[in-house]
Amino acid sequence: MVKYLAKRIFYIILTLFIVATVTFFLMKIMPGTPFANQQKLPPAQQAQLAAQYGLNKPVWEQYLLYLVGLLHGNFGVSYQFSNQPVSYLIGSRIWVSIQLGAEAMVVGVLLGLIIGAIGAIRAGSWVDTSATIVSILGVSIPSFVLAVLLQVYIGLDTRILPIAGWGGFEYTILPMLALAAQPLAETARFMRTEMVDVLNSDYIELAKAKGLSKYGVIYHHALRNSLIPIVTIVGPLAVNIMTGSMVVENIFSIPGIGDQFVKSIMTNDYPTIMGLTIVYCLMLCVVLLITDILYGIIDPRIRITDSK
Amino acid sequence: MADNSKQFSADDFDLLNQNDRSKLDDEKIAAPSLTFLQDSWRRLRKNKAAMIALVLLVILFVLSFGSGLLPLSPYNYQYSNYTNLPPKIPGIDINGFNGTIMQGGVRVNAYVQNHVPSNVYFLLGTDGLGRDLFARILYGTRISLTIAVVASFFDLAFGVVYGIISGWIGGRTDTIMQRIIEILLSIPNLVVMILFLVVLKPGLLPIILAIALTSWINMARLVRAETLELKEQEFVLAARTLGESSFKIAFKHLLPNLSSIIIINLMFTIPGAIFFEAFLAWIGIGVPSPAASLGTLISDGQKNFQFLPYQMWYPALVLVIIMLAFNILGDGLRDAFDPRSRR
Repeated sequence: MVKYLAKRIFYIILTLFIVATVTFFLMKIMPGTPFANQQKLPPAQQAQLAAQYGLNKPVWEQYLLYLVGLLHGNFGVSYQFSNQPVSYLIGSRIWVSIQLGAEAMVVGVLLGLIIGAIGAIRAGSWVDTSATIVSILGVSIPSFVLAVLLQVYIGLDTRILPIAGWGGFEYTILPMLALAAQPLAETARFMRTEMVDVLNSDYIELAKAKGLSKYGVIYHHALRNSLIPIVTIVGPLAVNIMTGSMVVENIFSIPGIGDQFVKSIMTNDYPTIMGLTIVYCLMLCVVLLITDILYGIIDPRIRITDSK
Repeated sequence: MADNSKQFSADDFDLLNQNDRSKLDDEKIAAPSLTFLQDSWRRLRKNKAAMIALVLLVILFVLSFGSGLLPLSPYNYQYSNYTNLPPKIPGIDINGFNGTIMQGGVRVNAYVQNHVPSNVYFLLGTDGLGRDLFARILYGTRISLTIAVVASFFDLAFGVVYGIISGWIGGRTDTIMQRIIEILLSIPNLVVMILFLVVLKPGLLPIILAIALTSWINMARLVRAETLELKEQEFVLAARTLGESSFKIAFKHLLPNLSSIIIINLMFTIPGAIFFEAFLAWIGIGVPSPAASLGTLISDGQKNFQFLPYQMWYPALVLVIIMLAFNILGDGLRDAFDPRSRR
């Protein structure tokens, strides 16, 4: 286990290193300058600005400094918000995104599991058909369309829920729904197929033959065994939520890192873009690692200690 | 049992002579034998939803790529007097299609208000600059479908080849190639695309490159896993024993057996790519104006959604229809190719 963890963490560090390197050099070959109205500044001031941000040093030295900074959790200084360290910018926003993402994940996966399971138990009935329609629609409607529709038709027209901003729990409901739609649909689809397979297997026949109640068969045998493969789609779902959060946070004016990412792209705020890229990669790596470990715990047939 | 017994005598039987026997072929299979693709096609045709999706996609393809032949105003022409006109279809008098729109709680005829001559109409209305929305949606659909074609091309050209090489050669090559994929997988796709687009100038080309760069990974993994299984099978062994080159085995023996997996995965890559293009357009790094993609149209429409809802509804509807059609067709193909797995 320890060996496996060490190996995985090594790969995570390698990945982050590659991402940091690639983003750094991509940003360096970008045309243009980070400073607004640079042409209007006298050369002395330009040199001063360059010196302040360390842009007068050779590129390899900047790169090394950047890497050393990364090790200390220092992502540099934002160009957009003058003199604000990127790490502060991210640190003050990341928990909002994590809270929203986690809520969407939990709600989406739970509802998806229920819908998928019901669809499988009543396979072929109208319940199953409507569950399938819901899940195909959920996959096909982009989150940014859904978010706008929710905002206008539920937030604005009924005025039950706040339509934008970040306050108490009620502020998270609409954006959470917009984010949860896709995970919900994917989970429901996956769960249904898994469960249909499980329900047709021999040990379910046996459980029925033993005279277990329908509830007992489903709860103790079918449900548990169908849950195992669901863990594998948690990683892709996390990516989905990260992607969705960028637009959804933007539409609902939520001060999270997704919103910041979009704004930084608009304003060419390279240090922030780089910092957020690395943070996104780190989050994805951690989610993937956790799901792999969970997979081993839930299903003892998979031994993590044996390297693949 | 005894009741059923009947005594047979030799007269009850006729001996077939040699001539008759040759006419009677008991090995013959009455039904025509179907190839794998014919069989799958037969199953797909039974799936109504998938067929509707297929027909819809064909219609969209023809309409969007043939839109130059239709008597339409160009997608970028601005009728500066006719801005924000709602949809109007002549001869139809249903609210929403008769040129009327709600303004401050009252339904008014925007065409009369703006003194539009009665022979001028816009099927899906006009946008804030007076451009025909119908023409723009068709143009946007064309971009989305172009992206679909390009993404599937790279999926095939790169993903499949990568997967086959990795699975076929195996050993150290496979390990290295898989490590590369693992690293690529732990970078969110979107981040790669955005970085790429930030560096290059916005336009269709960088979007295509970015999608090419990221879309093939899933295909490569699936193809590799399947190749690993296939290469242990007897027909591959037979081909090797007969001295076929690896290249020929890959083309003649592996590819046909991989085809169903490839086609199914393709059907799910495409909506992903279309979604990414719309998404990038939405956050403002898509095709620059006056060109339009469905994403930019939705993003433009969203700004006035409360007052001019048709400006977002129609492009969003078309986008959802495209995604739905590809998803449903993908599901249908999966069932058709592999009736056992109902995934």
